[in-house]
Amino acid sequence: MMWFMKGRVLVVDDDTALAEMLGIVLRGEGFEPAFVADGDKALAAFREAKPDLVLLDLMLPGRDGIEVCRQIRAESGVPIVMLTAKSDTVDVVVGLESGADDYVVKPFKPKELVARIRARLRRSEEPAPEQLTIGDLVIDVAGHSVKRDGQAIALTPLEFDLLVALARKPWQVFTREVLLEQVWGYRHAADTRLVNVHVQRLRSKVEKDPEHPEIVVTVRGVGYKAGPS
Amino acid sequence: MPAVLLSGGLLQGGVQGSPVLRLLLRWVRRPLLPVIRLWRRNIQLKVIVTTLLMSLGVVLMLGFVVIGQVRNGLLDAKVNAAQSQAVGGFAAAKVRADEAASLTSGGAAAEVSGTDEAASPSPVQWTNDLVDALSSGGQGAYDVVTLPVEDAFASPRSSGTVDANASIPEALRERLERSPLAAQSYTRVVYKEGKVSQPALVIGKQINDPDGEPYQLYFLFPLTQEEKSLSLVKTTLATAGVFVVVLLGAIAWLVVRQVVTPVRMAAGVAERLSAGRLQERMKVTGEDDIARLGEAFNKMAQNLQLKIQQLEELSRMQRRFVSDVSHELRTPLTTVRMAADVIHEAREDFDLVTARSAELLADQLDRFESLLADLLEISRFDAGAAALEAEPTDLRDVVRRVVGGAEPLAERKGTRIRVVGDQQPVVAEVDARRVERVLRNLVVNAVEHGEGKDVVVRLAAAGGAVAVSVRDYGVGLKPGEATRVFSRFWRADPARARTTGGTGLGLSIALEDARLHGGWLQAWGEPGGGSQFRLTLPRTADEPLRGSPIPLEPRDSRQSRRAREAARAGRPVDAAGVTSSSAHGGGGASVPVQPVGDRLPPRDASAGRRHGAAADPAALPGSSARVVSCPSVPAQPSGGRPSAATARTGDGAAADAARDAADGRNGDVAGDDRVVDDRAEGRRDGRAHGPVTGPVTGPVAGRTTGRTGAVGPERTDSGPGAPVEQEEATRGH
Repeated sequence: MMWFMKGRVLVVDDDTALAEMLGIVLRGEGFEPAFVADGDKALAAFREAKPDLVLLDLMLPGRDGIEVCRQIRAESGVPIVMLTAKSDTVDVVVGLESGADDYVVKPFKPKELVARIRARLRRSEEPAPEQLTIGDLVIDVAGHSVKRDGQAIALTPLEFDLLVALARKPWQVFTREVLLEQVWGYRHAADTRLVNVHVQRLRSKVEKDPEHPEIVVTVRGVGYKAGPS
Repeated sequence: MPAVLLSGGLLQGGVQGSPVLRLLLRWVRRPLLPVIRLWRRNIQLKVIVTTLLMSLGVVLMLGFVVIGQVRNGLLDAKVNAAQSQAVGGFAAAKVRADEAASLTSGGAAAEVSGTDEAASPSPVQWTNDLVDALSSGGQGAYDVVTLPVEDAFASPRSSGTVDANASIPEALRERLERSPLAAQSYTRVVYKEGKVSQPALVIGKQINDPDGEPYQLYFLFPLTQEEKSLSLVKTTLATAGVFVVVLLGAIAWLVVRQVVTPVRMAAGVAERLSAGRLQERMKVTGEDDIARLGEAFNKMAQNLQLKIQQLEELSRMQRRFVSDVSHELRTPLTTVRMAADVIHEAREDFDLVTARSAELLADQLDRFESLLADLLEISRFDAGAAALEAEPTDLRDVVRRVVGGAEPLAERKGTRIRVVGDQQPVVAEVDARRVERVLRNLVVNAVEHGEGKDVVVRLAAAGGAVAVSVRDYGVGLKPGEATRVFSRFWRADPARARTTGGTGLGLSIALEDARLHGGWLQAWGEPGGGSQFRLTLPRTADEPLRGSPIPLEPRDSRQSRRAREAARAGRPVDAAGVTSSSAHGGGGASVPVQPVGDRLPPRDASAGRRHGAAADPAALPGSSARVVSCPSVPAQPSGGRPSAATARTGDGAAADAARDAADGRNGDVAGDDRVVDDRAEGRRDGRAHGPVTGPVTGPVAGRTTGRTGAVGPERTDSGPGAPVEQEEATRGH
């Protein structure tokens, strides 16, 4: 089971000490780290290293982390975990909206970071053949595709997981905490802003009218559920 | 307008009397209400109406004076002329009478008169002649009337068609009869043949006829001309008056408008300014007072804008700084943290000293981290950068998570955490992250200080509020500590060892979180009797709190139990109240009356005095049960500098026992103190305590109902009362 959890991790961080320490920890956990310290060079390094996951510091010299995040997201759905020193709502939300899947607030414990990385990589585990419908969407879980009327909709792995989690139990209302646990792999309730931002992002891709969602429906005061098929 | 004023007065005064009268008044008043409102709100209307009324008064007064003057002037000339004419007439009549008399008595003088043929005319004839003769001299300028004094033989005679009897006033006649002098009066001349009567001056005198019989001779001078002139003057004056009043009203309107318009403009601009549109300014023209008002106003607005911008700038800088510091500190801390963890993981390979060092390093890094996190959180509150992300949340879920998270600690402490009141949903618009942080803090504190006894988390919703209270039965709080627990870095007993190493900022942050919600966080505690922390939040984010569904002082507090026992024993509450209040007076336990927070040293003094309990038991505030404010008002002195969550002290067991004994004897005194205390606080911070202490009206009443008085009003609105009762039953003694 361990073999597929290992993978290349691109560390985008200008703080050499932290980068080195991250390298030590990641290697200790069996990952294969690559490093880049400059936001301008991040994209090139990303293309070169073809990592399975990106660890991205939000405050970078040159291009800042948000911009780097957008660029990477524009050409790949690879999981991005932000490292941020700011836990302020605005910073976190901006980071998530730019395409990051998850974030870790400094200072973090190595175990916490590794758990997050594993959770983001785990999704590439054995995909059971499964066909789901949610609203007028057809989800091929094994094929990792979402189609509406035969047209494929491109989703990041995280958005896909979120949609699948909702679609598997269309009768259930998911609280944000439950979604955090199922999709992000948090054992204890963490920041529910993650869920809010990603639901918004997901809606902007799968809903016909994101203002009046039909696929991912908000249940006021509780959470979200799948729209009727 | 007076009617309106009257109604206004009635409206304000409140009408006494029978319902029928009141109904009638209300019925009359209702259509007037808009007018009254307009009157109250519109200064222009007020000034114009006042001006109109006053100028009307002045014009009327002037009119009367002028008319009086004119009348006097006109009449004076007429009266003078009339009088001289009348005097001449009277003289002539007298001459004629004398002549006729001499003719009758001695015929020798007949040649003089030339009326020899009528040498001895009858008195009637003579009178007719006299009237004709006298009136012919006036050429219609006056009429002549004679009236006999004794109605022996003659009827009145008059020139023209004057109705003599109707024209001469009775009073004048009687006056003439009494006095030989001439007299005058105003009257109206009445004519026999349809001629319109007219005003006249009548002058009469009683004289003798040739036979020596007295008769009254009157001259009537018509005043028609004068009356015409006077009425002309009146008309002119009235017209002028109306014009003057109307014009004055118009002028008042214009003038008031000149003053009121800028004032209204200023009011409008001020409203917009206060609504946040700081660039609003008044238009200033000229150099008059209004312009100066405008200039001063604009200067004020500019200064305000400047200050606000400065503050905003400062706040922004502060936030920037916090953010930067946060980042600059956190990045190296992260590296250190990771390094420490790696070392910690490998500590088994080290020698003992190095291994222990690695453990200490890791532990203290944890502490450092949480301290840094709390500091940053507090500084965010201080900078006003904390934002509420409220959405409808079921607090039961939050409580469940918090309790779940605290279970490991509770197990270690041997504490059972019970949740009460979670049958129905307790939904409110809150920031779940913050509320969870607050509750986690409270629950962990309760477990830490609960000495292994149960911790009860109670939920309730009522009215516009939801509340969660956390009750423990540990060491409790000393008097005065209930406020201080919210102070930053406060510790009840610095010597007491910390088991979990809180940062000392937890309750301060919790307090700020509660404030951010517009809610309250309050503490209650009694030494040895445990404590209760209560978080009250408005159901919707913008609703002000009026009360809490959970009483701050729990029903199973020692105070409450004692009070109930007393009630059960049939002890008259009033008597208890009297006793205790006198004991209070004698005991000199005035210390707790001070507002909590601003005067801490005296409180400490009271705490110190406790050790002399045996000597002066009355001075013992047996319970620190105190409504402690965690005011939502930011500038509140005591709670303003928030707080350290955790520390509480326990005295030795002996001290506890002594205190209990003292309490037993002086419970009422203590209760009294406490309630007075509550009231003092209520005064200090009405907002937080209004609902709690409001119904307590006096110290004695406060004492009798006081214990529950603090709780009563709240308990009435607590919907799910059952949990409280149930809790009561299980807890018992």
